[in-house]
Amino acid sequence: MKGFEPQIVAFCCLNCAYSAADLAGSMRRQYAPNVRIVEIPCTGAIDQGVLLQAFEEGADGVFVAGCLEGDCRYQQGNIRAKKRLKALQKILDETGLGGERLEMFNLSAAMGVRFAEIADEMTSRIRSLGPSPLKRKWKGSAPE
Amino acid sequence: MSIRKERTGAVLVVGSGIAGIQASLDLAGSGYLVYLVEQSPVIGGNMPLLDKTFPTNDCSMCIFSPKLVECARHRNIEILTCTELQELRGEPGRFKAVLLKRARYIDPEKCTGCGDCAEVCPRELDDAFNPGTSARKAVSRPYAQAFPNAYVIDREHCLQCGQCSRVCQVGAIDFTRQDEILEIEIGAVVVSSGFELFDPSSLPYYGYGRFPDVLTSFEFERLLSASGPWEGRLLRPSNLQEPASIAWVQCVGSRNIRIDRGYCSGVCCMSAIKEALTARARGPLNLRTDIFFVDLRTHGKGFEKYRVQAEGQGVRLIRSRIYAVTEKEGGDGLLIRYADEAGNIFTEEYDLVVLSVGLQPSGGFLETAGKLGLSLNRYGFCEPVELTGVATSRQGIFVAGASSGPKDIPGSVIQAGAAAGESARYLAGSEGTRVPSVVELSPEQDLTGSEPRVGVLVCRCGSNIAGVIDVPKLAEKAGELPGVVYAGEHIHACSQEGQNKLKQVIREHRLNRVVVAACSPRTHRGLFQETIREAGLNRHLFEMANIRDQCSWVHLQDPDRANVKAFDLVRAAVARAVRLKPVETFFSVVNPRALVVGGGAAGMTSAISLADRGYQVSLLEKTGRLGGLASGMVQGFRGEDVPEFLSRLIKATAEHPKIEVLTGAEIKNVEGTAGNFTTTLGDGRKIRHGAVIIATGGAEYRPVEYLYGQDSRVLTLLELEKALAGREPAVAGAKTVVLIQCVGSREPERMYCSRVCCTKSVRLALRIKDQAPGTNVYVLFRDLRTYGFYEDLYQEARSRGVVFIRYETDAKPLVEANGERLKVTVTDHILRRPLEIQADIVGLAAAAVAPEENQRLAHLFKVSLNEDGFFHEAHVKLSPVDFSTKGVFMAGLAHGPKNLEECIVQAKAAAARAATILSRTRLESQGTVAVVQREKCAACLTCVRLCPYKAAEIKKGAAEIEPTLCRGCGICAGECPNKAITLLNYEGPVLFAMSSELCRGSCEDERV
Repeated sequence: MKGFEPQIVAFCCLNCAYSAADLAGSMRRQYAPNVRIVEIPCTGAIDQGVLLQAFEEGADGVFVAGCLEGDCRYQQGNIRAKKRLKALQKILDETGLGGERLEMFNLSAAMGVRFAEIADEMTSRIRSLGPSPLKRKWKGSAPE
Repeated sequence: MSIRKERTGAVLVVGSGIAGIQASLDLAGSGYLVYLVEQSPVIGGNMPLLDKTFPTNDCSMCIFSPKLVECARHRNIEILTCTELQELRGEPGRFKAVLLKRARYIDPEKCTGCGDCAEVCPRELDDAFNPGTSARKAVSRPYAQAFPNAYVIDREHCLQCGQCSRVCQVGAIDFTRQDEILEIEIGAVVVSSGFELFDPSSLPYYGYGRFPDVLTSFEFERLLSASGPWEGRLLRPSNLQEPASIAWVQCVGSRNIRIDRGYCSGVCCMSAIKEALTARARGPLNLRTDIFFVDLRTHGKGFEKYRVQAEGQGVRLIRSRIYAVTEKEGGDGLLIRYADEAGNIFTEEYDLVVLSVGLQPSGGFLETAGKLGLSLNRYGFCEPVELTGVATSRQGIFVAGASSGPKDIPGSVIQAGAAAGESARYLAGSEGTRVPSVVELSPEQDLTGSEPRVGVLVCRCGSNIAGVIDVPKLAEKAGELPGVVYAGEHIHACSQEGQNKLKQVIREHRLNRVVVAACSPRTHRGLFQETIREAGLNRHLFEMANIRDQCSWVHLQDPDRANVKAFDLVRAAVARAVRLKPVETFFSVVNPRALVVGGGAAGMTSAISLADRGYQVSLLEKTGRLGGLASGMVQGFRGEDVPEFLSRLIKATAEHPKIEVLTGAEIKNVEGTAGNFTTTLGDGRKIRHGAVIIATGGAEYRPVEYLYGQDSRVLTLLELEKALAGREPAVAGAKTVVLIQCVGSREPERMYCSRVCCTKSVRLALRIKDQAPGTNVYVLFRDLRTYGFYEDLYQEARSRGVVFIRYETDAKPLVEANGERLKVTVTDHILRRPLEIQADIVGLAAAAVAPEENQRLAHLFKVSLNEDGFFHEAHVKLSPVDFSTKGVFMAGLAHGPKNLEECIVQAKAAAARAATILSRTRLESQGTVAVVQREKCAACLTCVRLCPYKAAEIKKGAAEIEPTLCRGCGICAGECPNKAITLLNYEGPVLFAMSSELCRGSCEDERV
């Protein structure tokens, strides 16, 4: 798998994880550039189709990052999201894509360092898993 | 009214902590111009220093920063940092204030917060935000999320070398700036200058300042914080190792009459528990967390359960007196020598010792109070005039927050709302006279039938982006993307010049969508949205690509891949932009009438607050007369004459031309939403109103314990109070009176503290001593919770011979009828043996309980109750009088146990919050909303069940989402089983397209 650089899409709640990513920035905390963030108003807004589609579009890994449990601005959004995500992990396992390519994280807006750690953790996890079997256009070792 | 019209519709708010910010927002929200004056260079006060807040463990900064941004962006609030009040002239209602605005040297309007100045500054200093633990420069930003988002020059330490001004690319630094004197016209003043911490180095036995591992509670907060010195890692300052044990020492600089600080600071017990819980979550597995306390005062809403939870998780609570904190021989470790209740002396070893330091009035406050000539109490706090909650010794000047006495965040927020409400009431009729007029915008461009024409503006952000990303190349590539008709770059897109350029390219290239690739939408989206709206575009036809905070700053060492990622981010933003749809702004007309449910002290206070401001009020009372629970009270906690106060309040309510009192009234049905409710009463009468305040009060628990109801000599505190006032022979002639605390409170079935009973008991004990000094009075208690200045009463009671005996729940007092007298048996906590008291009267401090009808009201108004039957607020800390259902507010005992004065404060705050709706002519929807495709909807009720704002309803067989209530969280869309609901502009296809673009970078090897 030498040269393989995973593509990871992160759906981040604007109230917490997205802010934490910004904080990592203002702290100049470096992390793997493999992670690309999509801002969402609440993790509760993400349905399974969106996550599945991200894999279809070529993501090797996907994570959803929301507020700490009990901290959701909309009460239960992150708990709902987690439930759906757990169910989807099972489906990914059954289809052979692997549930570990999908993960949910909870963090607060103050956890800039933690965001960077999550980005690095996911990147190394997916790197060791190799490219997603669904990847349509992957052409072997991409960027040098 | 004609005199009132002459009053100035502007208010000066001194101090910008949470209290000042809340007061400013409430005033600005109802049409008053606010000058928010802050001595320091940033607004926010002490809250940003905290790591988490009790009892929800919310991150302090996360919950606070939206309020900061709202305050900073509000058109009716003028923020003056580095500014002090010099003088107040004129008369109440028409004051003139003289302000000294110190030169800041860095223009916050120009500064982009890039940090180049700090980079070159040669002067290193201790960081005031993380005291003693990290360094900063003479030019710095106090903390990452500070507002104004600008660097500050420390005048004391600046060498004036000018290096910073030479590197600043926007020319924001100007050393020739001078201090200015400003004169402003205002009608009222809110003083909210906050608190300072007690300096424990004046008490040498705590070892503070001598031993590096002895910290104050605030230093420990910084240590826990992710933005703290060690990024939230819990380490000992002495050796940077993880601690294995931490001790908290309570009442440091509080409840100490020897240094004339007799009062209880009220917040430290909870904050120690919170810090212990956080430390357990962050520290090593077997971390020992011990709290050394005198009385554990967890008297607020939800606090008792928090204590139980903490004990369950292994936080050890040690009732004790501390003698000294010393260092172990050899230096590694601290020793605490203490005595337990029985006087046995122990020594224990800890790695860290946290001193829970008390709160004191801030120096800035004392200075301001002096200039304003405010009367202060013996401790230097501006204690409000009795039963007003916010009035000071000077007309037109109100007080809020910890300047009036130690208090926690919700207490400050409530009092701030009340101070805002009272200012507005004082200036009634002048609202809208001083605020900037609303700019009428040209109509939005109609996009029907037009193809997307996207413009991309790539920001260099000085060198912040351009130092890593090849900006010209990125702009060039962006210009080739489908749908893009313009792409360009700018050095600082957020500057005034950048905004002008944006408007110009929108016109020139007939853009109908805009993408700005720059910093974070969190901080800058609003600004750009306003600009494109001014250029005639709908605010929602805008997208940002965060290529600074989430790209150039975090991939400094890998510019190649940072460039690939930046292009991915821009492509995704464009993919979203072409799919964006305009979001319609929904308006609904507001009915300016208020409904107040409950005719007790709180309800009447709210009603008068609103009526005096000119709003019509319908006040419902289920019984035949006004007065509520206060009708049974004789004396307030500060000795006030309650019957006199109440009769004046009832008279004012009944005679007010704008208040309609409906007694014997019951609500049958409630329809409608914020701005437009229709409430139907039992007799079929309909009341149309824009807002509602629920002030249904509370009741005294009817005990089943201690022979209550079986023996007429056993009374509740309210009954005892009445009997004392009536000098009933049985009570007046009593030789011995026993008062038992926590009857029905802090028990498994009612795991909350009723907050008022300890102080009430002490008050009654003193009254008994006043009436018959020879009477023996015993108070049997678990923790004596005379918080704040009520501690003085406790002190007085002890000095006048009232005997306080602590009991444990496993050995509760026993009350037996013993012929002539009542025999009370209690196990004394010092002697550890049963003690028999022959009593004539036993008073029971019965719990404050919620009325059962709350259940029905909660259902009618679509709001929720907590498990104790009290109403559940939108946010425990920051929205303590709001419900999450818009337009519904709460006050008084309905929210939780509190004393009369606290009920009055909350009633005024609820009125102020209601006025922010009633003062508007129309309500606007908040932005992105969820929409239903009716034909797909199976009316399964999932959305109705899940919506936190009760915006979803089934109408004619399909769900409908009320756009003025929807806050755009998308939870309904995420959960809708049939995918009938979508969140506008976050629909599946939009997110698919974004994912697709984000994954292309490496697979197609498309390099910028």
